[in-house]
Amino acid sequence: MFRLIITRVFLGFATLFAVTLLIFAATEILPGDVASAVLGQGATPDTLAAFRIELGLDRPAYVRYLEWLTNALQGDLGVAMTNKREVLDTITPRLYNTLFLAGYAAAIAVPIAIILGITAAINEGKWIDRAANIVTLGAISVPEFFIAYILILVFATNLGWFPSLSTVYSDMGFWQKIHVVALPALTLTMLVMAHMLRMTRASVLAIMSQPYIEMAFLKGLPRKRVILHHALPNAAAPIISVVALNLAYLIVGVVVIEVVFVYPGVGQYMVDGVSKRDLPVIQACALVFGSAFVLLNTIADILAILLNPRLRHPR
Amino acid sequence: MAIQNSFKNPPLSAKIGMVTLSVFIFFAIFAPVIAPYGEAESIGKTWASPSSEFLLGTDNIGRDMLSRIMFGARMTLGVATACTLLSFLIGITMGLLAAVAGKILDQILSRFVDLMLSIPILVFALMILSMFGSSLFTLIITIGVLDSFRVFRLARSVAVNIVVTEFVEVARLRGEGLWWIMTREVLPNALPPMIAEFGLRFCFNFLFVAGLSFLGLGIQPPFADWGGMVRENGRAIAFGIPAPLWPAIAIGLTTISVNMIVDWILSLNARPSGASAEM
Repeated sequence: MFRLIITRVFLGFATLFAVTLLIFAATEILPGDVASAVLGQGATPDTLAAFRIELGLDRPAYVRYLEWLTNALQGDLGVAMTNKREVLDTITPRLYNTLFLAGYAAAIAVPIAIILGITAAINEGKWIDRAANIVTLGAISVPEFFIAYILILVFATNLGWFPSLSTVYSDMGFWQKIHVVALPALTLTMLVMAHMLRMTRASVLAIMSQPYIEMAFLKGLPRKRVILHHALPNAAAPIISVVALNLAYLIVGVVVIEVVFVYPGVGQYMVDGVSKRDLPVIQACALVFGSAFVLLNTIADILAILLNPRLRHPR
Repeated sequence: MAIQNSFKNPPLSAKIGMVTLSVFIFFAIFAPVIAPYGEAESIGKTWASPSSEFLLGTDNIGRDMLSRIMFGARMTLGVATACTLLSFLIGITMGLLAAVAGKILDQILSRFVDLMLSIPILVFALMILSMFGSSLFTLIITIGVLDSFRVFRLARSVAVNIVVTEFVEVARLRGEGLWWIMTREVLPNALPPMIAEFGLRFCFNFLFVAGLSFLGLGIQPPFADWGGMVRENGRAIAFGIPAPLWPAIAIGLTTISVNMIVDWILSLNARPSGASAEM
């Protein structure tokens, strides 16, 4: 088991390395380099060449990649093209904000989704299962901004409970922040909860169809006991990986929601960077999202290994 | 459960789905004929409320919302369909090739796809669109290619089980070529599960295009498209005007309809194991 985990951690680092390569390749090696993308069609060959030298684009790609990677590893993410500020200085508070929003949503979504998912699986085919099925299918079928606007219309415009724009400052108190960020957090919660609930339900049902569960039923145990003592301990591993996977989804899901609520997070920064073609910003944000995604996926796999009873004892 | 839903008699949910989807497709095809006003015609006040003149009110620069939704159906449905077709073309070809052409190619393709899926698809798309700008062409190619990795996984997992059957072995022994085995032996047997998958991938791409347009990075004005319309009218919601909700409802109705049809198809032929439609 220990070896498996070490392998998985190593694989995680390898993936991370590959992700940096991919980010660099997607933004720098594809035809039509940054200089022409930034300057647009009106650029003369002279200004193009000067700009290329200014950006260091006249050097070979692998040199630029190594330089970018070592700088990024040392915490130097470059300087934003549009406002000439250090990307790191801008991205750090924004990353904190994004993690705050994601953590907020996760704190609500995870317990509710697991409890409801298990309840739905236990009551398969009954009204609570059907209701959960319809509601979650609805939530994952509509775009996230639809949920966001409905929530704004009801809770901000009509009831006036929460602000419709989530502007936060660094010197804001914790509870004040909780109040201001409530609507984006609620939107994210709806989305992630729907995915998580469906996956939890599916993984519990997958276990319910195993032979040993059938055996437990056949020997006359009451349904409640079979579920609590036979099914759930085995369902823990898949449920925990479901949670970790959905947290990875949450990290990316923030992008659109941050834009809707004008929340100063990494997602909004990236969308801003993309519309202004600010390359260092795009690379840095992609790096942040990519690393978070790889990290959470690795954690999901490691937890699955740790929780798998069959791998707990060395053979 | 599966038996009562015969092919000729779809359940109510699937019927509702088909009707709704047909309405939107009808809008998309006949928009210029049936729309009461033009696509870019500014004819009223900003955000006029629904009336007999403008059934769904007007948008941020006084264009008729209903006409915009009809025209928007063209772009939104069209681009999502084009992306999905492209992604299936690439994904199925590569997936079958990986399953039929032997271990080495399979390993190369599969590891490559694993790598491409290690970055969230939205982040990847944002990077590429920022470099190429989002013309309709780059948009379709980008989403089609990125989505094809997921199609590849399903196509390969389905095809791997078909490749080991006797009739494929017979075809190999008969001396048929790679292309023949892929298209004549494996493809027809791999298609049934892929049909439901087509619906699910369509929903994903559809929401993805709408999301990108909403961020201002997808389909560009002057074309009307539902995601972009939500973006243009977003500020209205703070005044309690439901303008951005109409296109958003159109998006939601489309995905729910396709999902209901897919559910019915899935109940007809069971999904292959190991295939995941999530995300």
